[in-house]
Amino acid sequence: MPTTDEIKQRIESAIPDATAEVEDWTGGGDHFRATVVSPAFAGLSRIQQHKLVMDVFAGEIGGSIHAFSVKTQTP
Amino acid sequence: MSEQQTENPLRDAIAEAIRDNQVILFMKGTPEMPACGFSMRTVQALQATGAPFAAVDILPDPRIRQELSALSNWPTIPQLFVGGEFLGGCDIVTEMYESGELHEALGVEPPAGADPGPGETADPGSAPLGIENRLG
Repeated sequence: MPTTDEIKQRIESAIPDATAEVEDWTGGGDHFRATVVSPAFAGLSRIQQHKLVMDVFAGEIGGSIHAFSVKTQTP
Repeated sequence: MSEQQTENPLRDAIAEAIRDNQVILFMKGTPEMPACGFSMRTVQALQATGAPFAAVDILPDPRIRQELSALSNWPTIPQLFVGGEFLGGCDIVTEMYESGELHEALGVEPPAGADPGPGETADPGSAPLGIENRLG
């Protein structure tokens, strides 16, 4: 099961110049909420922005990650 | 080739439901009894706009979720479609509700003098997905 730190690091290494804050929503290690700030979101639709973040965990969402909530921002 | 190949009738049924319903929410549970907090929040945002929407419970058959995600290229539930286009999941719909963009996307007046609107919805026909038509 991924930890919040691991999720943060994976987002930050996958998305250019991203900073991420990750919370474990329920304390159960499978419901996460990530707030991600990156210049890479500029000019993208909200769906595309969220997709960039979710794609980092492709295949795990719905599996070991039950719920993953995303909020994206540009710096 | 004149004959359309229906190797995947479930995916076809989902695509048709998305095409035929101006506003359609794929969720866990029903609008009356959402089975997940994310589906519940999305239903609440939709209901608060007063726009009528159709809802499909994806829980009865796990293949619905598989086919839906294959179509939308979106991994999580709920998923809201407006005018045949994927609008977003819980986070996006909630953000759009808060900013007033959801009202705009649904073609309803933002809060102020909220008018319940006329009660007309699409045909109750389609069987395989158990679509419920809701009047907001």
